[in-house]
Amino acid sequence: MRHFFTILGHEIRMLLVNPGTYIAAMLFLAIMGLIFTGLLEVYSQQAQETSPAHDFFRLFLGFAVIFIVPLMTMKSVSEERRLGTLETLLTTPVSTAEVVLGKYGAAYFLYLLLWGSTGGLFYLLHRFATDARLLDPGTLIGGYLYIAVSGLLFVAIGVFASALARNQAVAAVLGFVLLMVLIFGPKLALDIQLLQIEAFRPVRTALDYAQVFQHLDDFSRGIIDTRHLFFYFTGTTLTLILTILGVEAKLLHH
Amino acid sequence: MPTADPETAPLTIEVEHLVKTYGGIAAVNDVSFTVRRGEIVGLLGPNGAGKSTTMRILTGFLPATSGIVRICGIPVASRTDEAKRHIGYMPENNPLPEDMRINEYLYYRGRLKEMPREKLHARLDEVLELCDLKRIRHRIIGKLSKGMRQRVGIAEAILGEPEVIIMDEPTIGLDPHQILIVRDLIGGLRGRMSVIISSHILPEIEVTCDRVLIINGGRFVAQGTPAELRREVLGRTHYELEIAGDVAALPAMLAGVDTALAVQMTSGPDDAGFHAVILTTTSDRELGESLLAALTAKSYRVRALSRTHPTLEDVFLAATRRSWDIVDAPAKREAGRPSSEVR
Repeated sequence: MRHFFTILGHEIRMLLVNPGTYIAAMLFLAIMGLIFTGLLEVYSQQAQETSPAHDFFRLFLGFAVIFIVPLMTMKSVSEERRLGTLETLLTTPVSTAEVVLGKYGAAYFLYLLLWGSTGGLFYLLHRFATDARLLDPGTLIGGYLYIAVSGLLFVAIGVFASALARNQAVAAVLGFVLLMVLIFGPKLALDIQLLQIEAFRPVRTALDYAQVFQHLDDFSRGIIDTRHLFFYFTGTTLTLILTILGVEAKLLHH
Repeated sequence: MPTADPETAPLTIEVEHLVKTYGGIAAVNDVSFTVRRGEIVGLLGPNGAGKSTTMRILTGFLPATSGIVRICGIPVASRTDEAKRHIGYMPENNPLPEDMRINEYLYYRGRLKEMPREKLHARLDEVLELCDLKRIRHRIIGKLSKGMRQRVGIAEAILGEPEVIIMDEPTIGLDPHQILIVRDLIGGLRGRMSVIISSHILPEIEVTCDRVLIINGGRFVAQGTPAELRREVLGRTHYELEIAGDVAALPAMLAGVDTALAVQMTSGPDDAGFHAVILTTTSDRELGESLLAALTAKSYRVRALSRTHPTLEDVFLAATRRSWDIVDAPAKREAGRPSSEVR
């Protein structure tokens, strides 16, 4: 693992010197700000049951994860493969696992950085809102914790998609679809008539546990369920292992 | 020309019965060869002959289907990471990241090659100097010319001072001046490192390499120094004469010089009465002097006499045209003897 930090440092540096990162970050924050403003308007008109932070995370989980994560990760492996630099990289004493983890680490770092920057929106709210109830620190901490934990899996899926495709656009679409299935899939699947049969009860239970929005609700209510943590950690590990295997399998059939 | 003594220099690359198949089609078919420290070996072959595949297997980037590859005695298949530490590799088309500066890139690569920081800085300066990149080391790689990129690739390959350097078409797409620079660079490695280069540019290989391996259809069709290859594959030497006199009496006279010498072609007399004659022989001996003596003794007037050197190009074409099965036997011979005939 001695090369992990070399690659991680390199990848983060490359992200930070790349103008594309700043453009993406600016767009991300602009849209975040717009939606946040809209949300506050709704709250200023009439009282709501939940705190704005809660709705904020709900909305952005759908938007920011599904759109931003594939855009952030689409380049990571596929660009190296397209340029051929994956070959030079893997002919140094570096293992595929180190390469994948290094790239994953850098993408996750950027993901946290982007989400972290949305903290500014809440600071503004805190600074100017007269009603202290609008800003519930518990919800905020839970929400951000959830973002950090679930981000592990979402970013891993993005890197996985990038490892499978040579073309960045294909990687982005693949990541988009995979995340869509993960985030909305269980909820939609639960509505399928066939699953209502008694014999499918275990499937329904499993799908119920995999509901991403349910996890968010729990986290922002302050419930940190080890089952949820387990879901994301094992999911991340599995996806990363598949990514490493995917990169290696592609080399075999070069 | 070779400075490495083939008898004593340690083997740095050993390849035994290497086979690589892609979906049932053999890209490399039972290839065996060895390279000693300090040798520069050229890998020659038409497109799709298996050059790049062989090189990729040597670097541990691709696994072989069967066979053994050892780099400095370390089997690549089972101890890949260890073997990779002894190799500097420059792939085909020399892929480089577009958005890094030269010195940043080389520093990053040095770290990946596990060079300690203090040593790396000194070595970096040395390599930049060697490859004439010092002035442009802050330039962004994506904006470099082809020749500069190629030099960056070579700098990267020699950065870690590996025992074995593998370069896939290092001179492709360069202008003659840049080719000269790259050739000098590679020539400068002679004696210290083992170098395998592949190329399409035959004179390049001929000038730079101590030994040439010709590969076609995944098998070696010929192997040896450029001079040996000429003899082995073409099997004969040509002499070109321009003489005036009785051309019909020439064959009888030639038998007195060398029994194997024969007239291949005679052209009619030109305005001055001179015939252009091409003689051919299977003999290795230098016949020029005795031929000249015999001709003047028989009162022929000689305007020109030259021994034609078949180029490596001729050898290459002849070797790849021939069925590989016939040539497989001589190809297995250990070659690499010093030769005075290398141009």
